[in-house]
Amino acid sequence: MVRLSERTRESLTAYTFISPFFILFAIFGLYPILFTFYLSFFKWNALGPMTYNGFNNFKFVLTDSTFWTSFTNTLLINVMGTIPQLICALLLAVVLNSALLKGKQIFRVIYFLPNITSIVAVTLIFSVLFSSEGVATWIATSIFGMDMESISWRAGFWGPKIAIATMVFWRWLGYNMIIYLAGLQSIPGDLYEAAKIDGANAMVRLTQITLPLMKPFIIFTVLMSTIGGLQLFTEPYVYFSQSGSATTPKTGITMVIYLYSEAFRTNFFGTAAATAVVLFFLTIVFSLVNTFITNRLGGDQ
Amino acid sequence: METRAAGEKMNPILLVLFYLVILFGAFISLYPFYWMIVIASNSREAAFKMPPEWMIGTNFVDNISKAFARIDFLNALGNSFFVASVTTIAVLFFCSLGGYAFAKYNFPGKKFLFGFVLFTLLVPSQLSVLPVYVIMSKLAWIDTYKALIIPAMASAFGIFWMRQYITTSVHSELIEAGRIDGCSHFRVYWNIAVPIILPAFATLGIFTFLNTWNDFFWPLVILKNESKYTIQLVLSQLNSLREGVDYGMILSAIFLATLPLMVVFLLFSRWFINGITSGSVKG
Repeated sequence: MVRLSERTRESLTAYTFISPFFILFAIFGLYPILFTFYLSFFKWNALGPMTYNGFNNFKFVLTDSTFWTSFTNTLLINVMGTIPQLICALLLAVVLNSALLKGKQIFRVIYFLPNITSIVAVTLIFSVLFSSEGVATWIATSIFGMDMESISWRAGFWGPKIAIATMVFWRWLGYNMIIYLAGLQSIPGDLYEAAKIDGANAMVRLTQITLPLMKPFIIFTVLMSTIGGLQLFTEPYVYFSQSGSATTPKTGITMVIYLYSEAFRTNFFGTAAATAVVLFFLTIVFSLVNTFITNRLGGDQ
Repeated sequence: METRAAGEKMNPILLVLFYLVILFGAFISLYPFYWMIVIASNSREAAFKMPPEWMIGTNFVDNISKAFARIDFLNALGNSFFVASVTTIAVLFFCSLGGYAFAKYNFPGKKFLFGFVLFTLLVPSQLSVLPVYVIMSKLAWIDTYKALIIPAMASAFGIFWMRQYITTSVHSELIEAGRIDGCSHFRVYWNIAVPIILPAFATLGIFTFLNTWNDFFWPLVILKNESKYTIQLVLSQLNSLREGVDYGMILSAIFLATLPLMVVFLLFSRWFINGITSGSVKG
């Protein structure tokens, strides 16, 4: 009897200890998520009464050309900012891991510095680098021989996307490099020894041992980049706030900026909720597809 | 891969090539910071020079006083410090308590509840933003720091991270001994477990502080009164002023706002980077 009550007490203590997270999540996580799904079927301006609207919010969002522009923008910026970034990060990690024994620490810290810098700071620093007569223009004209008049980082289709993709590239390169480095260091050295005895050269060892064993780490970074990338907001928002107007130009609008505008600029909470739901399903779809592709790329093991 | 480097002499040409790649990567990482210092310390025209300006100038004080005249920089710094500190302390307390329970107690539903904590990591925050905003306005918490701090007081990542650490570092015999000596459950946690897990506090603490300090979206939605703005909001405001963009002024403020974080990061980088990697290895 005494033992039983001691066990019950122990359980109660444990429940008390974990309760803050669950209470906070219930109020600020679970309930809002369910409410978002509910809200996506209603017309609401956040103040007046809610009126049932069926699937019209979804119809509105999915036939709105601005939404599809934001979708294309988000995708293009992420493809441009993430794929080269992950390849460079992997390359850097492999090089750093095999070339240096001393000094690895210092380079880890240097590569990681951009990631601790706030996105607002990164965006403003790169706003200057991408100003009309800034470093980016200088590189484009003097190294790539482009015509000064044809370059525009603030307007047009590609200019702003290149600028924002560069910010994404710069801020996350070191983060992903460090994850890959941790992955490389978790591969036991005797695997390479054995392969060498079997006569495998460096290239074979890279493709047959390193890459397959790195797969979980690569999938992790692809997944994180996909989820984070679809939520792209601050870079384009701050980059385009310079004009002083309350709207973001179409060339730089992302899906979360679209959501933000619907909710907090025009007070269409219903369509904003529908956007959030669409974004959620797109996140799931892209996570699955990207994980699948990454899995296939490394060959089946 | 110590074994590989020790067992095999690398081709010297390849080694030089590798060093060049590493140094080039470091240059890419550092150059924007250097550029920030160059522009922040030169006159307004320096940002538009071709080829670009390379030398650090003497106009920093001039630039930063212009920035101070436009925005309430120190006030915003104080606001950010307050929000980030309170959030961090709350996260450390609630997450270590929760992680301790998941690591060292047996209770019905433990596996399921912990799985649930991990599952919440995958849910994008955009999905809950609108209703949380409505809740905040119902509670009359719009334009208050409560709206920033209270939802962030316990994080799934924090509980996960603390559980991993406590499972391996706090031995169950110590806890049992404490219980036999008549300590209450909370006393055992506070007097025995907490002193052992201080390194984990350092990692989670820096992580939480940086994330809160750097957050932009949620403060943008919640804060209306400019005197309550956090440093990120105030910095973004600098860019939207219409009286001709003065990049020297903007980057001097960015420099001053970034410096304290850099110092903290450089002091604690080992713990921070280890935290990042262990999250991915386990995840």
